[in-house]
Amino acid sequence: MSFKSVCRSILFGIPIGVTFLDTVGYVAKVEGISMQPALNPESTNTDYVFLSRWAIRDYKIERGDVISLTSPKNPKQKIIKRVVGLQGDVVSTMGYKNRYVKVPEGHCWVEGDHTGHTLDSNTFGPVSLGLITAKAVYIVWPPERWQKLENKLPESRKPLSLSI
Amino acid sequence: MNILKILGKTCGFFGYVIQYACVTHCTFEYLGDFVMCSGPSMEPTLESNNILLTEHVTPRLYRLQRGDIVIAKNPTNPKQNICKRVVGLPGDKVKGYFPRRSHIVPRGHVWLEGDNSGNSSDSRIYGPVPLGLIRSRVIYRVWPLDKFASLQEH
Repeated sequence: MSFKSVCRSILFGIPIGVTFLDTVGYVAKVEGISMQPALNPESTNTDYVFLSRWAIRDYKIERGDVISLTSPKNPKQKIIKRVVGLQGDVVSTMGYKNRYVKVPEGHCWVEGDHTGHTLDSNTFGPVSLGLITAKAVYIVWPPERWQKLENKLPESRKPLSLSI
Repeated sequence: MNILKILGKTCGFFGYVIQYACVTHCTFEYLGDFVMCSGPSMEPTLESNNILLTEHVTPRLYRLQRGDIVIAKNPTNPKQNICKRVVGLPGDKVKGYFPRRSHIVPRGHVWLEGDNSGNSSDSRIYGPVPLGLIRSRVIYRVWPLDKFASLQEH
C-alpha cells in the first residue's frame, strides 16, 4: 500500500469510527461502588458495560433504566445511575433539602442502587435530560457476568405519584 | 457481469456517501457548525434569523469566559437549543430574578442571560445551567452578509 492510500484510510477511517461511537454506542468501564449490586458486585473486579447512544436519541427514558450522564457538578466526569423519577413525578428524597420533590419539566431524578454510598440526585437535585449521554444495556465483561441490565426499581423507591 | 458492475458501482457510491456523512458529522460535532437563531432574547446583539458560525472546541476544553455568547441545550427541553451570554462563572455572585436575591453560581455551572433582559427566559428563570449542556461558542455572524461581524469580546 502506498503512503497516500494509508493517509486516505486514516483520514476517512477515524471519522467513521467516531461517528459510529457517537450514534450507536460504546463500551465503558464502571468505576466505584455506587451501583452495587447491579454493577461491580465485588469491589475487586470491575464491569464493562455497553452504553447505547441510539437508545436515547429522542431522550426517551423509563423509570428503572440505567443511564450514563455528565455529572452536573463536574462536567469532565461521567456518572452511571438509575432513573427513579421522570418529569412530573413526585419522589420522596433521602437527604435532599426538601423531603418531597416534584421533578421539573425536562428533568429526571437519578439515584445509585447502593444507598448511602452514591452521589446522586439526593445531593445535586433533579438533572436535566440534556445531560444524559447514553443508556447502559449490557454488561459485556467479564464474560461470566455477560447479561442484559434489567429495568427494575425497588418498590420502596417508586415515585409517590406518577405523571400521566 | 453487467449486474455485478452496477452493484459494485452502487456500493462504491454509498460508501462515499457514508464516508462524507461521517466526516460532516465529526466536523459539526467537534469543530464548528452554523446555527440559525430565532427569538428576541438576544436583541440588540442578535436578531431573529441571523446565521451564526460557532465552534465546539472552547466548551469541550471548558475555557469559557464571561461575555461569551454560547449555544446550549435548553435545561427544560433537551431538544431545543438556546443562545445566551455567559454572565457568571462558577463562584461568581449573580443577581437572581425570582426569588430576587443574589446567588453564588455552583461548581460546574454557568449563569446565562439574554441581552434583552426584559424578554428572555434564562438563568433568572431556571437557575444556573450545567456546563455539560453547553454545546458551542458563537464566533461570527455570517448572515445577513452586510452585518457580518465578530461576536467575540476577547
